[in-house]
Amino acid sequence: MSTVAPTPNYSDLFHDPSHEDHRSFVQKYIFSTDHKIIGIQFLFMSLLFLLIGGLLAMLIRWQLGWPGEPMPGGAALGETRMPGGIMLPEFYNSVMTMHGTIMIFFAVMPLLVGVYANFLIPLQIGAPDMAFPKLNMASFWIAVPAGVLMVAGFFVAGGHAAAGWTSYAPLSTNPEFTGVFTGQVLWTLSLIILGFSSLAGSVNYITTIVNMRAPGMTWFRLPLPTWALFITSILILLAIPVLTGALILLLFDQTLGTGFFNAEVGGQPLLWQHLFWYFGHPEVYILILPAFGFVSEIIANGARKPVFGYHAMVGAIASIAILGWIVWGHHMFQSGMNPMLGAGFMATTMVIAVPTAIKVFNWIATLWEGDLHFHSPMLYSLAFVSMFVIGGFSGIFLASTPVDIPLHDTYFVVAHIHYVLFGGSLFAIFAALTYWFPKMFGRLMNEGLNKVHFYLSFIFFNLVFFPMHELGNRGMMRRIYDYTQYGFLDGLVDINRLISLSAFALFAAQLIFAWNFIWSLFKGKKSGSNPWRANSLEWSVPSPAPHGNFTFMPTVYRGPYEYSSVESDEDYLPQDVPPAKPPVPEPEMTLA
Amino acid sequence: MVTFHRKAPLWITTSLTFALTACGGDDAGTPGAAGGADDAAVEIENPGVVTGTVAFTGTAPALQPIDMRDEPVCAEKHSEPPVQEAVVVNDNGTLSNVFVWVREGVTQSGAAQAGTPELDQDGCEYLPRVLGVQAGRPFVIRNSDAVLHNINARASTNRGFNISQPQEGMTSERSFATQEVMVPVQCDVHSWMTAYVGVVDHPYYAVSGDDGSFTIENLPPGDYVVEAWHEEYGTQTVDVTVPPNGTVEAPFSYSGETTTASAAPPSGSSHHDLAFAERQRAD
Amino acid sequence: MDWGFPESASTFGAQIDAAYGAIFYATALAFVIVQGLLIYCIIRYRHRTGRKAKPIHGNTRLEIIWTVVPALGVFYIAYVSASVWLDMKSEDRIPAGAYEVGVHASQFEWTVTNPGMDGRLGSDDDFVTRNQLHIPMGQPVRVLLTAEDVIHSFFLPNFRVKQDAVPGMQIAVWFEPTTAGEYPLGCAELCGLGHYRMRGTVTVHSPDEFDAWQVSEGAVAADIAETNTVASR
Repeated sequence: MSTVAPTPNYSDLFHDPSHEDHRSFVQKYIFSTDHKIIGIQFLFMSLLFLLIGGLLAMLIRWQLGWPGEPMPGGAALGETRMPGGIMLPEFYNSVMTMHGTIMIFFAVMPLLVGVYANFLIPLQIGAPDMAFPKLNMASFWIAVPAGVLMVAGFFVAGGHAAAGWTSYAPLSTNPEFTGVFTGQVLWTLSLIILGFSSLAGSVNYITTIVNMRAPGMTWFRLPLPTWALFITSILILLAIPVLTGALILLLFDQTLGTGFFNAEVGGQPLLWQHLFWYFGHPEVYILILPAFGFVSEIIANGARKPVFGYHAMVGAIASIAILGWIVWGHHMFQSGMNPMLGAGFMATTMVIAVPTAIKVFNWIATLWEGDLHFHSPMLYSLAFVSMFVIGGFSGIFLASTPVDIPLHDTYFVVAHIHYVLFGGSLFAIFAALTYWFPKMFGRLMNEGLNKVHFYLSFIFFNLVFFPMHELGNRGMMRRIYDYTQYGFLDGLVDINRLISLSAFALFAAQLIFAWNFIWSLFKGKKSGSNPWRANSLEWSVPSPAPHGNFTFMPTVYRGPYEYSSVESDEDYLPQDVPPAKPPVPEPEMTLA
Repeated sequence: MVTFHRKAPLWITTSLTFALTACGGDDAGTPGAAGGADDAAVEIENPGVVTGTVAFTGTAPALQPIDMRDEPVCAEKHSEPPVQEAVVVNDNGTLSNVFVWVREGVTQSGAAQAGTPELDQDGCEYLPRVLGVQAGRPFVIRNSDAVLHNINARASTNRGFNISQPQEGMTSERSFATQEVMVPVQCDVHSWMTAYVGVVDHPYYAVSGDDGSFTIENLPPGDYVVEAWHEEYGTQTVDVTVPPNGTVEAPFSYSGETTTASAAPPSGSSHHDLAFAERQRAD
Repeated sequence: MDWGFPESASTFGAQIDAAYGAIFYATALAFVIVQGLLIYCIIRYRHRTGRKAKPIHGNTRLEIIWTVVPALGVFYIAYVSASVWLDMKSEDRIPAGAYEVGVHASQFEWTVTNPGMDGRLGSDDDFVTRNQLHIPMGQPVRVLLTAEDVIHSFFLPNFRVKQDAVPGMQIAVWFEPTTAGEYPLGCAELCGLGHYRMRGTVTVHSPDEFDAWQVSEGAVAADIAETNTVASR
């Protein structure tokens, strides 16, 4: 890889403090081309969807905790959904489908990528904005109609899509099978549109990182969030077209009567699964790699120590991204796919545990001999490591094909995905939100409320999702409306009720965060430019960062994690501070 | 397999969606969405009556027993072993469950039939098996069993629906917007459960009862084509002239031979074992 | 340990439960190490006045160790799993002389085609049962799995069997019941609004009982078939 950063030629784009900002309100905050505003737009949209997704989860938990009993106030949702407050199976299926779809595509993915790739990349590489600011604006405004269509599905006749977030054909293609007509088509259309938003974004992120790094910002001086977002963008660029193509075929099956996935006319239902998971497994890494980056950044900051094994961290992210393309079949072990293929996919899946282990050990080694400051971003990050490890371990059970036989499509899988996506990605998102909140809005979030939120979330998260492993072992199928219909699952009501009560408490804890977020926007303590005493370039500009980011092109002299360096009397050393003494050569590193 | 898979162009689907969303059209299948039958009703002068019985001249076929052992809640409700009531021959040599309606000649229609027709699910059977409703007017679906039933209405002209009633005592109101004789209704949890809903633009329809008779009242005097429909034996038509304030007889008679191809019963659970046999032979 | 799995009633039970146990102990060990180190670091290196972090950038030897050790562990798990897996799922490893029965999944019923006394599917004495799978004990069972409309999943928790039924495909599933009794049959793949109610029962008979059942049930079914022919005439 090149170690010489290109010499950029866009100095007029940088922030000129003597120059008045003539942009109108609309240009500044609505149809803005400023990467930071676009990031914040994505932030508000995806937090709204996070709330919707969470509410849907509460509906699911009501039905599972009190199967078939009327939900207080539920009757308000109408006769076709909850007559007399009793949830109908078709509505349950919609709710479950939309919980997954919204959380994955409209909450976690934009929170990780839409928000932070936009907000962070130019700031961390020392650029005034993205390579294609208008394309960037388009990527947000394409996502908006996608979101509107997705929400609209709740209000159409026949209800919203009810074939699961994986939308397995032919259940998803023929309305006769689900009773859902328009909802299923809207689901497909919305995700097709959203795909274009993701593509526009990822092209931009890649181009920006390749071409617009400040002088001295070599590849191996990039902060790990930028590295992770760079590799994630490549995954998005390659994976989303597969999904979009598959969705277009699905749309044809749904509306034009084609039969790509219809066995009756010579199609193949498994084709959908192959296409979906060929996208879907890289997608899983799209949802976790940026989190790896954020957590690495914050743990180094909290430990006041360099990230242990920076090159190994980058190498691990890259190898996960590459291996992520050859493991999709592990979602299909019991699908009727040739068992020999299953054995092969098991092997590749097991291999992917290795770079993941490398990351975990490097995080722990980063703490070793550190000076640990437990600010709330650090707490979320440490919880991330701990929870992600559990998610990784449950993944090994599922990766072992024979053990997967009883566990496949049970609550064990639900536990696994939530340890990875909630305990993992979402905790990393909370870490990132609290860590970069001051850079976005110039104010700190209330630390006390954050800690209350953290401890409540950590406790109730585990009370919700850990018992689900047990449910899965006992054989409780996922996506099941009323497990008490099975004699052998009848005894699981108590444990499900515990989970539901914990889930309600978990949701309530998120309201604390929401309140803190809104309150801090207006009343939070002013942060100053570098509240965390961090090294990367975004902390060298005022908070909030002005339009154009830097007043002049910064020069980078060192890597981003020179904490507690002997070069400095402080326990941090920003990347753009010229060296007082001759720079210490970077130690030799071997890529693992 | 019968499908009501819509092959509408994409732009229709999408614009329909926006229209529905825009007006908050929550449940287009429910009453109110397609009303108007009452508005069209006029006072009929000198109304006449079409009446008659549906005779059956063949031998009553043996009816297929239903294996309800797996659903004790329903099995308990049957004192005699339940059978698939595809052909119900009455003691007086007539046929029940024949849907009779005025197919042609109606130019003005009177008040809608009183009450809301009800399709009950009781003992894992539809009661009645054949139901008439007027287009745009509501009918009620009730679950009298303490077991899940889904109601999969496989309409072809109308928009079908597939809804469920997981608990005893649940009711749902639905309607069909346009005339369709018949809409097959199926419970997929209990594949033997089949019903037929005749949707007619006007109130001139009836279902033959346990004496084989039917009566269609309040018709304006004039010439009509009256059609009878039976799920196994197909359709028959009779031309009648309804006199002012009088009654005309519409005689129907089935011999036990299928008269039209349209009466193919919905696929049951037996065809796939044939497929098995074929596969085995191919091996 | 039973790991909370439903009571085992097939030869697969012990194998899968043992594999689960091996992974459980391996991951439990790793869990204790990782979380232990994490907690140790959190307590040991928490900020105290005067503490200064050591600016360590990395250690190649450590990186190699924690690459190789997990790699060996997961490769071992994969290696052991593979042969067990192929024994369970490979169609060409199904033991000869298995009792063969057809299971057809549709929304929302399991229709079982029993081979009858001659033990052959596709012959005249085949008969159909709804949501009821009856099999003999101590003999391998070969289930020919098909689907009518959407994808379903044939799930026998006690036998550690799960296999999707896919429209347009016929998939052979095998297992060998070891204990007589009644066991649940469930659908594990979302198949529509009646998915949660798509359940059945598997009855494992002792061989004598099984013959008796075949005779009596076959007779009932023959009656139904007879009326069927009359009805469709």
